[in-house]
Amino acid sequence: MHWNRSLLAVVLVLLVSNAPSADEKRISIYSTAANYSLPLIERNGGDYVGLLEILDPLGSVSARNDGPHWKIRYNNIEGEFTSGKSRMRIRGKDSDLPANFLLERGRGLVPVSSLSTLLPRFLGGPVTFHESARRLFVGSVATQFSAELSKTNPPRLIMNFTSPVNPTIATEPGKLRMVFIREPLLPPGAQTLNFADQTISSATFAENNGTADITVVGDASLMATFSNDGRTITIAPAPQRPAPPAAPPPSVAVQSAPPPMPPPAVSTPPVIAPPNANTNHQAPYLVVLDASHGGDERGAALTDKLAEKDVTLAITRRLKQELENRGVSVLMLRDADATLSLDQRAALANNSRPAIFVTLHASSQGNGVRLYTALIPAGGENRGNFLDWDTAQSSFLPASQNALALVANELQKKQIAVRTMSAPLRPLNNISAPALALEVAPSDKDIAQLLLPDYQQTIAGAVASGVAALRDKTAQAGTQR
Amino acid sequence: MISPSMIPRHLVIAIGAMVLVVLFMGIYGWHMRGRASELPPALADTRPVAAPVAGPTEQVTLYVAYDNPGILRPQSARIPLPSGRQQRAEELLRALVNVYLDNSSPHPLPRGAEVRNVYLVPPDLAVVDTDSAFADGHRSGILEEELTVASLVETLAANTSGITRVKILVDGKERDTLAGHADLTTFYDVDAVKKLIEQMQSGQR
Repeated sequence: MHWNRSLLAVVLVLLVSNAPSADEKRISIYSTAANYSLPLIERNGGDYVGLLEILDPLGSVSARNDGPHWKIRYNNIEGEFTSGKSRMRIRGKDSDLPANFLLERGRGLVPVSSLSTLLPRFLGGPVTFHESARRLFVGSVATQFSAELSKTNPPRLIMNFTSPVNPTIATEPGKLRMVFIREPLLPPGAQTLNFADQTISSATFAENNGTADITVVGDASLMATFSNDGRTITIAPAPQRPAPPAAPPPSVAVQSAPPPMPPPAVSTPPVIAPPNANTNHQAPYLVVLDASHGGDERGAALTDKLAEKDVTLAITRRLKQELENRGVSVLMLRDADATLSLDQRAALANNSRPAIFVTLHASSQGNGVRLYTALIPAGGENRGNFLDWDTAQSSFLPASQNALALVANELQKKQIAVRTMSAPLRPLNNISAPALALEVAPSDKDIAQLLLPDYQQTIAGAVASGVAALRDKTAQAGTQR
Repeated sequence: MISPSMIPRHLVIAIGAMVLVVLFMGIYGWHMRGRASELPPALADTRPVAAPVAGPTEQVTLYVAYDNPGILRPQSARIPLPSGRQQRAEELLRALVNVYLDNSSPHPLPRGAEVRNVYLVPPDLAVVDTDSAFADGHRSGILEEELTVASLVETLAANTSGITRVKILVDGKERDTLAGHADLTTFYDVDAVKKLIEQMQSGQR
């Protein structure tokens, strides 16, 4: 037993040391127990994979070798292989592999082409193997999706998935590609869906090297947003670049700078919206709303059962509606209980080039609404077209304070207690646009008030009026210039 | 050779009774042991026993946070301070944290919260290393967290000359936020924190 563990440890070390690279051949296995991906090894002109690694996530497995013989036990099923031979014995029955079994440093390797016949004998159930794409489905685990083009203006492609998905997204002008590594995604029948629309013309499914991808083609820069707990992806043309803010930053060069990127140490955001290059159209006034926290990150526990993330989402949804009622375009960074890192929020916001960014928080302490602008940290230098990630907000701080004053004014008109100050709160300092944070507390000591529709609506209405006032001021300044 | 019939009857009864008592005590002891293992362990006071500080007492100014109305108030205190600059900074912040650990604190910090070390890095940086209880048990909220941060930074800067930047660590490591809000990834600018405190005191409402 001890040397079985040692063998497994060796295998794990080998797996860890073999970090995947773009060119590395891989196989993905999807099952109800786990979805995982393993590297392939090329031997004798064919692709091989470790049988122990394939079976390990699916059940109890152990292996031992005795000279050239390698025995593996999966749950109660025994298999025996011989190094350099194609003959194998599983459940006491002999059969042949399509190529020789290999034994390397105690690790049993089987040809990838044998998996569709080999695995059902161990697992006792059917497997579906897309051999050319190296995607193996154990049982009925497929995630299906449907895609429907909503003929709104601009059109939106709404993709509904039967399970939550979290693809890596890459964009280039006129194309958005979603790569699904962990999801057992299958096409909805046809590989290509045509929508007879110029803005979003088609969506094509493909699978290769253990991954599935969907490429959406259109004539504009496209961006994706997630909702419904990751079961819905909406693809729409990226918002156009807004008009400059009311209180412009001191340097025009800094204002027109490309959005700063997060430091390389952070993980790649799941959605990378493209910087919008098209500045010829009349730009809509875009507000990016960030319902703070979400998913695993609950925020403050306002009561035993009430999490900050739920209150922020509820108020943000109301604020979105109020803004849209005033003719303001809105992008919500999350419209579901999804986890987004602070860097992801900042990157998404900056790539959208908003007229203003508003992040919402909730608190059980104090009363009314506290409004914050960024407390800029020490260090960081913005040079010409390059903005420092940690202090990207510096140049926009006067505009942020201007926006804060307008929103505070509207809240006071509604008899809501307002306090204004700065706060060391990310992602405010990473935003290359005017940026505010709201922390909503109950107007009296009753926490339940945070959930009252009337209270939420009053605050959302006042904040929306403040933002609309900022938009009007911006437009006025634009015409006078 | 002693036959059983030679043992007096009262001795047999006494030995029998003692065997019964031993058995009963054994069973009772086993039962109590089982119950003890089911009980939750008593909450241990993880606060360290502070080492005695050598040196004369000195008057310092602590910037103490008040949740209500959400401001910092300067508060004079006499505390014993060692001669080393770094040790002085540590004792200063420990005195501040002790204020917050008091039951009647205007800005309570969790039990076990501690400033482990303060490192003064020339020319102008102070690194404050707190323990995990400090951050893990801290109340979550923008104002609650920024009051703590501002209190640490301002108390340190006001009593230790030459500090313009402060970095806060938790258990010797960088952490994203104190308790979900206040950013701990960057360096705090002492002047910016002073302005923040002025904003707080002005109490704009």
